[in-house]
Amino acid sequence: MNSDNTLPSQSAAGSTGAAKRLIAHNADRTPWYVYAAVLAFGVAAPFIFPAYTTQIAFLWMMILFALTWDIVGGQMGYNSLGNIFFFGAGMYISAVVQVGLFTDVATYTSARGGEQLVLDYGDFFFSLGLGTIVAAVGCVILAILLGLIVLGLRGPYFAIGTLGVALSARELAGTWELIGGGSGIAMPVYPGQPDEKSLVFYTAFLVLAILTFIAVRWLYSTRFGLAINAIRDDEDKAEAMGIHTMRHKLAAWSVSAFFLGMSGAIFGNMTGFVEPLEVAFPVATFGIFMVVMALLGGKGTLWGPVIGATLFHIVKEVTWTYLLGWQWVALGLLIIVNVVFFQEGIMGWMQRKWPERFGITVDQRMSASQSGKEGGQ
Amino acid sequence: MFDNIGLLTLAPVLNVQLLLDGLFIGAIFVLAAYGLALVWGVMNVKNLAQGEFVIMGGYLAWHLSTLGIHPIASLPIVIAIMFAFGWALYVLIIKWVVSRELFTSLLATFGIALVIQQGLNLAYGPEVRTAESGLTTHALFGGIVTVAEIKIVSFGLCALLAATVILFMKTSRMGQAIRATAQDARAAKIMGIDTEQVYAFTYALNAAICGAAGVLVSMIWVIQPFYGIPHSIRSFVIVTAAGLGNIPGVIITGLGLGMAEQYAGFVLGAEFQQATVVTLLVLVLIWKQIQAARHRQVVQ
Repeated sequence: MNSDNTLPSQSAAGSTGAAKRLIAHNADRTPWYVYAAVLAFGVAAPFIFPAYTTQIAFLWMMILFALTWDIVGGQMGYNSLGNIFFFGAGMYISAVVQVGLFTDVATYTSARGGEQLVLDYGDFFFSLGLGTIVAAVGCVILAILLGLIVLGLRGPYFAIGTLGVALSARELAGTWELIGGGSGIAMPVYPGQPDEKSLVFYTAFLVLAILTFIAVRWLYSTRFGLAINAIRDDEDKAEAMGIHTMRHKLAAWSVSAFFLGMSGAIFGNMTGFVEPLEVAFPVATFGIFMVVMALLGGKGTLWGPVIGATLFHIVKEVTWTYLLGWQWVALGLLIIVNVVFFQEGIMGWMQRKWPERFGITVDQRMSASQSGKEGGQ
Repeated sequence: MFDNIGLLTLAPVLNVQLLLDGLFIGAIFVLAAYGLALVWGVMNVKNLAQGEFVIMGGYLAWHLSTLGIHPIASLPIVIAIMFAFGWALYVLIIKWVVSRELFTSLLATFGIALVIQQGLNLAYGPEVRTAESGLTTHALFGGIVTVAEIKIVSFGLCALLAATVILFMKTSRMGQAIRATAQDARAAKIMGIDTEQVYAFTYALNAAICGAAGVLVSMIWVIQPFYGIPHSIRSFVIVTAAGLGNIPGVIITGLGLGMAEQYAGFVLGAEFQQATVVTLLVLVLIWKQIQAARHRQVVQ
């Protein structure tokens, strides 16, 4: 059911004796009807549940978040806390491009939303498409530049460093007057009806999530996937085996940034308003959600992030409104429980429970002797 | 953007104000950073809830002050409460994290931070608070420089607390056990040290130190449920820049950070004060990485 048939390593400290002996071959064994069912749900959902179109669009975005986080965090073992940076950067890039196509950005933002940008269909979709593409390319460039700096950091320093990047982007965006500072930029107004608008953005997120899934599924089945797994398991050894680690790390981070940038651009247009603290760089919400979702589903697996994101989003949407302010406390508790007591995630647990269903062959001989050794320690 | 820089040369006395304020604030940063260095060095837990402990201590002092207890008198009470709180956290959560991979502790303590800040928000609301100490403010240099008495008192308390903790670590039985565990946990265990208890004590001590720092913050500055993150980041900046187990380094970096922040806030504008801290963190990490790269080159 997944492309990566090694179990995610439980710890870097080397307690993965049994897991390391699993034989990896990167065939995606998901039956075709799972894909068909997901696709059918994706296409039919806005017509079956028209009231929840936006909610389900968010679900696709959450799946995209978890998938992109897992490229670097799960498959490569570089746990980033600041991937949300690319979301916000993409949003701002697209905003500047889209507004800049029709008017002067500085005067537009200094009017503080005093003037609205009303476009016709052709102009709107042209600006949306162009903004999204420029955002994606811009985020890849940013990922490479930043990656040269932060991807040299390892372990907790990487996590803190990326968190620092996201937080400083958030603070600095709030002080940059050209992009509206703390009061933000109003995006071009969608020319049609609200129902039609939500359907358009639903489709955009559905297509984007599917593209992301196809891209990571293909990536994990190639030599590249094996290489980043090798970096996760032991970076120094991977380097000694001749893998150009920095190049692989940059590539993986760029893929992540590419899709996050596009999702940011579309999200900005969907919300209609870009502002640094809550919309563009929500470090403590979306930024942490993506980590929690990937962990919940099982990091380092293909389907884990999808399952985790779906479960998390449904639970969040159902319970959020009933918790009356306690939702954030609940989120914190969920993170703690998930990280401390259930780190393998749903997919990791299922793979351990029924390895044969995932095409994992456990080498009994080796794992027995390994566990014997571990027991003796 | 740099409007105020001329002001500093026109009225050099203003520098005195900034340096003094930086010193008073920096002393508190040193306390929290020392606590972080302690848990990081002894049990390898990167405590992202550091700033939340500080703010929680501040709120306890504020709450006690509404009950009529002077903030300075509440210091021992807050220390005791935070110590117990830290111990409870250790037994409930941190215990399971100590021997795990590094990211686990980071994310688990992030979860703790989230629970604390949101809990404080629910309990006390998002208003900015200050625990009133009732001490006067002195004006120097004809009113250009103002020094609040409470800041001097807090600086003294900081020094007293730091000296107590350092003495405790150097001389007491528990302090020796903590240092032994930091050096080699397995060897310490063989020598008959209950490392489990040492870990619990260390984490609780850290919470207590942060709580004490929080009391001082609530007196000389402001507290708000969401002001914890900058405090955590400051601690990380100081500890990463100074290195573990380097007490003079932590003190100098902490005081330096306090002053740098005051200058950045004055020269660039108050909105840049937060950005300065975070940017400094990134810069320190980059510098660390360049060092590591050079080290790797030497090894090659």
